[in-house]
Amino acid sequence: MWFTLAEHAVVTTEEHDTEHGDHHTSTGLSNNKLGMWLFLGSECLLFGGLISTYMLYRGRVGEGPRPSQIFDIPFTSVSSFVLLMSSLTMVLAVSAAHKGDDRNTNLWITITALLGATFVGGQVYEFTAFYNEGLGFSTSLFSSSFYVLTGFHGVHVTVGIIMLMSIVGIMKRSKTPGSKAETVEMIGLYWHFVDVVWIIIFTLIYLVPA
Amino acid sequence: MAIIERPPSTEVATPATPSSSLGALKRPVSTTGWKSWVFTVDHKKLGIMYSATALFFFIVGGLEAVLIRLQLAAPNGKVLNADLYNQMFTMHATTMVFLFVMPMAAGLANYFIPLQIGARDVAFPRINAFGFWAFLFGGIFINLSWFMGGAADGGWFMYAPNSGPVFSPSHGIDFWALGLQITGIASLTGAVNLITTVLNMRAPGMKLMRMPIFTWMQLVVQFLLLFAVPVITVALFLLSFQRNFGATFFDVAAGADPLLWQHLFWIFGHPEVYILILPSFGVISEVLPVFSRKPLFGYPFVVFSGAAIGFVGWGVWAHHMFASGLGPVSVAVFSVATMAIAVPTGVKVVNWTMTLWGGKLEFTAAMKFAIGLIVLFTIGGLSGVTHSVAPSDTQQTDTYYIVAHFHYVLFGGAIFGLFSGFYYWWPKVFGKLLNEKLGTWNFWLMVIGMNMTFGPMHILGLQGQPRRMYVWTEQRAGEGFFNLGFWNTFASIGSLILTVGVLLFLINIVITARNGKIAPLDPWNARSLEWMTSNPPKEHNFDSIPTVSHLDEFFHRKYQEDANGQMVQVKTAEQVLKELEDNADAHIHMPSPSYWPIVIALGLPVIAFGMIYSIPIALVGGVIVLFGTYGWAIEPSTAPDDDFDPPTTTKDVVHVG
Repeated sequence: MWFTLAEHAVVTTEEHDTEHGDHHTSTGLSNNKLGMWLFLGSECLLFGGLISTYMLYRGRVGEGPRPSQIFDIPFTSVSSFVLLMSSLTMVLAVSAAHKGDDRNTNLWITITALLGATFVGGQVYEFTAFYNEGLGFSTSLFSSSFYVLTGFHGVHVTVGIIMLMSIVGIMKRSKTPGSKAETVEMIGLYWHFVDVVWIIIFTLIYLVPA
Repeated sequence: MAIIERPPSTEVATPATPSSSLGALKRPVSTTGWKSWVFTVDHKKLGIMYSATALFFFIVGGLEAVLIRLQLAAPNGKVLNADLYNQMFTMHATTMVFLFVMPMAAGLANYFIPLQIGARDVAFPRINAFGFWAFLFGGIFINLSWFMGGAADGGWFMYAPNSGPVFSPSHGIDFWALGLQITGIASLTGAVNLITTVLNMRAPGMKLMRMPIFTWMQLVVQFLLLFAVPVITVALFLLSFQRNFGATFFDVAAGADPLLWQHLFWIFGHPEVYILILPSFGVISEVLPVFSRKPLFGYPFVVFSGAAIGFVGWGVWAHHMFASGLGPVSVAVFSVATMAIAVPTGVKVVNWTMTLWGGKLEFTAAMKFAIGLIVLFTIGGLSGVTHSVAPSDTQQTDTYYIVAHFHYVLFGGAIFGLFSGFYYWWPKVFGKLLNEKLGTWNFWLMVIGMNMTFGPMHILGLQGQPRRMYVWTEQRAGEGFFNLGFWNTFASIGSLILTVGVLLFLINIVITARNGKIAPLDPWNARSLEWMTSNPPKEHNFDSIPTVSHLDEFFHRKYQEDANGQMVQVKTAEQVLKELEDNADAHIHMPSPSYWPIVIALGLPVIAFGMIYSIPIALVGGVIVLFGTYGWAIEPSTAPDDDFDPPTTTKDVVHVG
């Protein structure tokens, strides 16, 4: 899972290129942004594979608990709502960054990271509760595919939080206000993508009956 | 002709007073010695490093193949035991596919895409360096399993249940799965980088439909990688979790569906086939027009048939699974789709043939290999069409007929294309011409060897010799023309001839390096932009970025139509180059070398070791990756202007990357 962290880090931290780089590209889209879109296209297939695996195996519970026995839909709905709200604060952060308003950018990014952390915290709580109810990682095909799918998503959110915290730090070092607007926007793209994926995962896992 | 000495008209400054990043490490500044290679972000150096590493793995994979053929050369072979034989064919395929053909194509792409589109470097030079190191460390990691209890032994597609711990208790498959994850990261970052480069970094006037075919085919390949790699990533993660953390994703006894692996693997695996072959299609689409003295016949058809292969390639994966009981509807759909994909491929063969038609053919070694590809790939393509007929395929599945087919398309196709590229581009990269006479021997021995080795496998397979059979006996070999023993021995002799052929290429490299002929500026009278630079190109590729107004821009600068509509030479290559040099940019700041790509890449195998042996080691690897990432993020890709000595104060600095 650390591999994906490296991938994100590598793809998202070329931001300095544009500080000096030639802004005239053939498509008019900056290299960094185009690269991020391509990477997210690739991520669609990653989650596509994981979701397919879950859909194939969600009914195969063996001796272990069934989904309907353990899911706490109101709880997960609330944490999902928190994650979706973080997309709104991310939009506000990007908007402030484009205006060159570093103070508000930092504020909204921090709030976004906190909302993301709340979601991850909820996931850790949920995993613990499920484990205590007898749903271990290798209990059944359902449990393995559930933990792998939601776990991969959780790692993506965590990587997003690390990137958000890092950009706050990097912006504090930067001398020109608004110089990191494009980086903020790119992290925003990533963050929204991870949120959209969660809408799909939440619907398929928790709302569609097995 | 001799190479023309020119005083450097352009100043390429290197940073001399590097600012530090993360406090600890100052930016590397060496321009000579090993440091200038290990920390480089130059796409040309990285291209050479990719190709050299791939060539090394080609030798490794080749030796594995020779051992396989020695084992099968005579009845009751004693060269390898059954266990070692399983490891040998698994690693032969893995090495050839993931550690030779893919990185070799990546090496050529790295070196030539920026040159062909008129760019000075790729879009993300540091990601490029990271990709190379990840590939190298991944390849080493996979092969370390030989020394740590045995290599992977489940076949390159690693079907369940053979991939489970019951049938493969050694750590071989763990090394294999995690090593391929690491090389997969290299492929993915490479895809993002090269697609961005092609779409964004083209010289003025270089429209998509003016791009050389090699760049076009590589663009299609990089899109295939972008979407295929994550699928195998999922499959490999599931496999690792099953083997290392007790999940049961592919364990039938636990209620799992082993077809899940097959689907995930082949959704990656079939596009992978085109990932392997399309770069070679691109190479010969450059070589054939040059040595036919004609433009490529039907350029748009070659482009769009390549794109069509890229699309349809996603809809044919289940033809690898006809024998698994998919049901009549699936089988029919995939059967028809597979027949359909032969059409765009056939279009290409027609275009190449029509390019040759009526041309002033010049049979250089590069041209011979290109024509070899057309012939041999067509044979392999035709046997491929026989697989698309499901009832026939059911008979052929898991026999040597399949082995014959994919060696004709991959050896006769992909590898012949790469060799064509070696002979064609060698003077560009190293400034010396490979020996043509040795090249001819190299070619003919490879053609004869390859047909002797893989031709009889059609007979062996149709007679029912199963793939992966580690030994045969005299009693069951049969008689007359269909004596399987005879053809096995024959194939083994062929493989030795093939080996000699490849060896001649290595000898050619050594001889050329020692006292090869210095290449003139434009040795082949070529057509595309990469030849509009010196041999080898300067660090910044072009003194001034050319403005492109034609397909085959370099050709159209040298030749123009006269009053009678004949193309006549109006300028020499030297004159064309001189024009670029006269408009040279004054100060070019190239992307600067960096420690961080190799640091991050070094963390990956450490993490992988940890996943197999002990989680704390993985955490150490994670820390290395994180440390490298922060160093990377804080250090600018191109050193600040005041790091240069003397500090550049003028406004007309051109920043690249």
